[in-house]
Amino acid sequence: MLDKLKIPERNYLNNGHGLASWLLTKDHKRIAIMYLISISVMFFLGGLFAVGIRLELATPAGDFVQADTYNKFFTAHGVIMVFFFLIPSIPAVLGNFLIPPMIGAKDLAFPRINLLSLYIYWIGGIFTLYAMLSGGVDTGWTFYTPYSATGSNSNVVPVALGVFIAGFSSILTGLNFIVTIHRMRAPGMTWFRLPLFVWAHYATSLVQVLGTPVIAITIVMLGVERGLGFGIFDPTRGGDPVLFQHLFWFYSHPAVYIMILPALGVQSELISTFSRKTIFGYSFVAFSSLAIAVFGFIVWAHHMFVSGISTYAAMVFSFLSFSVAIPSAVKVFNWTATLYKGAISFETPMLYAYGFMGLFAIGGLTGLFLATLGMDIHLHDTYFVVAHFHYIMVGGAIMGYLGGLHFWWPKITGRMYSEFFSRISAILVFVGFNLTFFPQFVVGYLGMPRRYHAYPDEMQVLNVLSSAGASVLGLGYLLPVLYFLWSLKKGEVAGPNPWGASGLEWQMQSPPLTENFVEVPIVTHEAYEYEHVVAKEKHLV
Amino acid sequence: MSNAVAHADDHGHAHAHHPALQHHFDTMAQQKEAAVVGMWVFLLTEILFFGGLFAAYMVYRIWYFDAFAEASRSLSLFWGGLNTAVLIGSSLTMAMAVRCAQTNKRSATVNWLILTMILGTVFLGVKVIEYADKFEHHHVPGYNFQWAAAHPSTSLGAGEAAAGAEHAAPGAGGAAAEPHRELALNADQLQLTTQIYFSLYFTMTGLHALHMIIGIGIMLVITRMAWQGKFDEEYYTPVEMAGLYWHFVDIVWIFLFPLLYLVERHV
Amino acid sequence: MSGHVSPVSLYITIFMALMVLTAATVGAAFVDLGQFNFLVAMIIAGFKATLVIWYFMHVKYASKLTKLTVATGLFFLAILLGLFLVDYGSKAFSQMPPFLS
Repeated sequence: MLDKLKIPERNYLNNGHGLASWLLTKDHKRIAIMYLISISVMFFLGGLFAVGIRLELATPAGDFVQADTYNKFFTAHGVIMVFFFLIPSIPAVLGNFLIPPMIGAKDLAFPRINLLSLYIYWIGGIFTLYAMLSGGVDTGWTFYTPYSATGSNSNVVPVALGVFIAGFSSILTGLNFIVTIHRMRAPGMTWFRLPLFVWAHYATSLVQVLGTPVIAITIVMLGVERGLGFGIFDPTRGGDPVLFQHLFWFYSHPAVYIMILPALGVQSELISTFSRKTIFGYSFVAFSSLAIAVFGFIVWAHHMFVSGISTYAAMVFSFLSFSVAIPSAVKVFNWTATLYKGAISFETPMLYAYGFMGLFAIGGLTGLFLATLGMDIHLHDTYFVVAHFHYIMVGGAIMGYLGGLHFWWPKITGRMYSEFFSRISAILVFVGFNLTFFPQFVVGYLGMPRRYHAYPDEMQVLNVLSSAGASVLGLGYLLPVLYFLWSLKKGEVAGPNPWGASGLEWQMQSPPLTENFVEVPIVTHEAYEYEHVVAKEKHLV
Repeated sequence: MSNAVAHADDHGHAHAHHPALQHHFDTMAQQKEAAVVGMWVFLLTEILFFGGLFAAYMVYRIWYFDAFAEASRSLSLFWGGLNTAVLIGSSLTMAMAVRCAQTNKRSATVNWLILTMILGTVFLGVKVIEYADKFEHHHVPGYNFQWAAAHPSTSLGAGEAAAGAEHAAPGAGGAAAEPHRELALNADQLQLTTQIYFSLYFTMTGLHALHMIIGIGIMLVITRMAWQGKFDEEYYTPVEMAGLYWHFVDIVWIFLFPLLYLVERHV
Repeated sequence: MSGHVSPVSLYITIFMALMVLTAATVGAAFVDLGQFNFLVAMIIAGFKATLVIWYFMHVKYASKLTKLTVATGLFFLAILLGLFLVDYGSKAFSQMPPFLS
């Protein structure tokens, strides 16, 4: 019966041909595809700079590149990965594609603004790439003053401008999602029947809309200081460089929640689907997304414990940083409870979900080490910090992204990929990841500073392990490019719901119609009701 | 609570669509509400955007109050007050424009919009005068900035009543130097820290002016649409959106005026 | 469906109120209230902004969602300014950096 499945004749991919039908589209699904291609390019570019970093760090001496060049490598890696890969990734690709069908809508509230956000992303990316290629920036992705304003003679302004522009792309995506989720839900789709993926994106959008403008104005202030000779952060004129850090981190800490919240949403979908059970504690998980978004705004100065903030402020922010761990823990406990007595299986998306659980937990818990004032004095600016955030950003966010991509690929393309190669890839990613980043906890605890291209000899073994792990991880990332591309022509036709998942998106054909649904759905059941899915399947097949 | 209209079919029914209804919406009401909420979400981003500058201002006003006071007193209360009145007036004309669009009065809408743009341009013209004055007095940071040691201030002194304030002579540095209170900063320190004040002054008013220029540009487009008769009682959303934006720009100035122009004026 | 149409007289009234409040702000600036000058100025400005938001921007007649949106923006602005003060309001600073005093 399965081999009688065919790709539906009319779908969003063949509805209109030629470049113009893509570049001028208003279809949220086509925009998502274009984002997918763009951020993949950015990911591999950012990865190239990581290769440069790990090559240098394979030996203790700074012998691969000059110190200034090394500074440009880690700056490029950070800027590209944070602003041009992680922040857009899940929202711009999976969110854009899936939110309208998940709520039963035909498109987002503002399709043209969606297209505009893509154009803006491209423009910001081009600016930034130009700056990288015409000399690079050596300030670190954090652009601290006074070095970035008056010290560095690198391309600070073009890179900062690129980031500024890309920020608008993020804001517009968030704005679109907020209005869509509030005002475009199908009849019967109440807030508490929404998939948790949607709740997660709603929370993410709040952060995007409220936080991004602050880094935008910070960049403006940096720009006028550097370009016009104004004095806002300049200590020689009585300015406060720490003010820059306050303004920078007011956005950049919530930004990390922009990067992880969508992955937490994906995780809920994967855990539920592959244990065939409704998520335990649905409303707790939903509210925890909102809590993370709000709490994320009141902890930023934990990045500044040793910068010169007052002891009182340090204590306040340390306490608040502990409390932001609570909603994240709520999610982990609820996923675990969902797995308990579920009918669990080990398809590739679920392999990523398992990996996510453990690595996100480690990343989150090591954050508590850093939130502890006494420990942070010792650990700040060491590789411990680098390992902590890579556990969350790579072990968490990227694995969430890959898990989601593997889960919804059949819906997006109508095809299945090779389960064999995808499982190999997931395992390579997991092993390679841990090999790369676990030694960094150790070497950081031993005192190895971050952003240095040389280190003491006795730390070489751990660094070599880390560099070796990076090769394995890289291979794990390359494989999906190959089997995903292969699947487009040769993959088994998937049908509407190959996983037996719940959610309105699985009631669409694969690939979907441009207008998503032939008839606007009317929702009568709760989220994650698998009995309902099984009944529908029996009807279809 | 369901927010979409509860009919299951989408294009089969005979109900005539308003030509401005976009097809992913069910009704004009839904479309308008989405636009209003969307515009407010955008204004939220603007609140936080200017908010960063207000935060920087707050910090430095606490640290270098005397520099802020001295520098603020050197601004022209006349031009600042006039601009405030002009901008509030333009908010009135904008509200009238929206009202006329709501009540389907085509030429009245166009006229009120044109009046709003004129008032906006007046505001910008005054800013040009003020900026030019600052260039003359070397009050532009990073560009031959000079804060004279015994800097004459336009402070009118405690004796003048508030009624006289709006009719004071324009231009900075006009009045003779008067002894104020004892300052906590010496001349060298003032030279440096008043630069911070003026950096914030130019960034804040410059960004505000940029938003006004964009607003006038938007209004040009909307005026043309109004002239072409594109609006009626059911669809005047673009006018309302432009109105929301313009009122927001007014609100920013409502805060900028006392923060920049009215620091310790009683000395 | 048309939104609420406010009478012209309302707009004129609000405009007059805003002008009076502007004059009041300027007047109050010339009275020595010490620390309270700033507070008075901000309260008057806040009241003016409220009038513009409530009547000119029609938030009085808008949906609960719109009202919530406005409140959210103000709440997060308060967080920005308030938590900055947690640091800047609690550390000792000299009037000038040491090398300049």
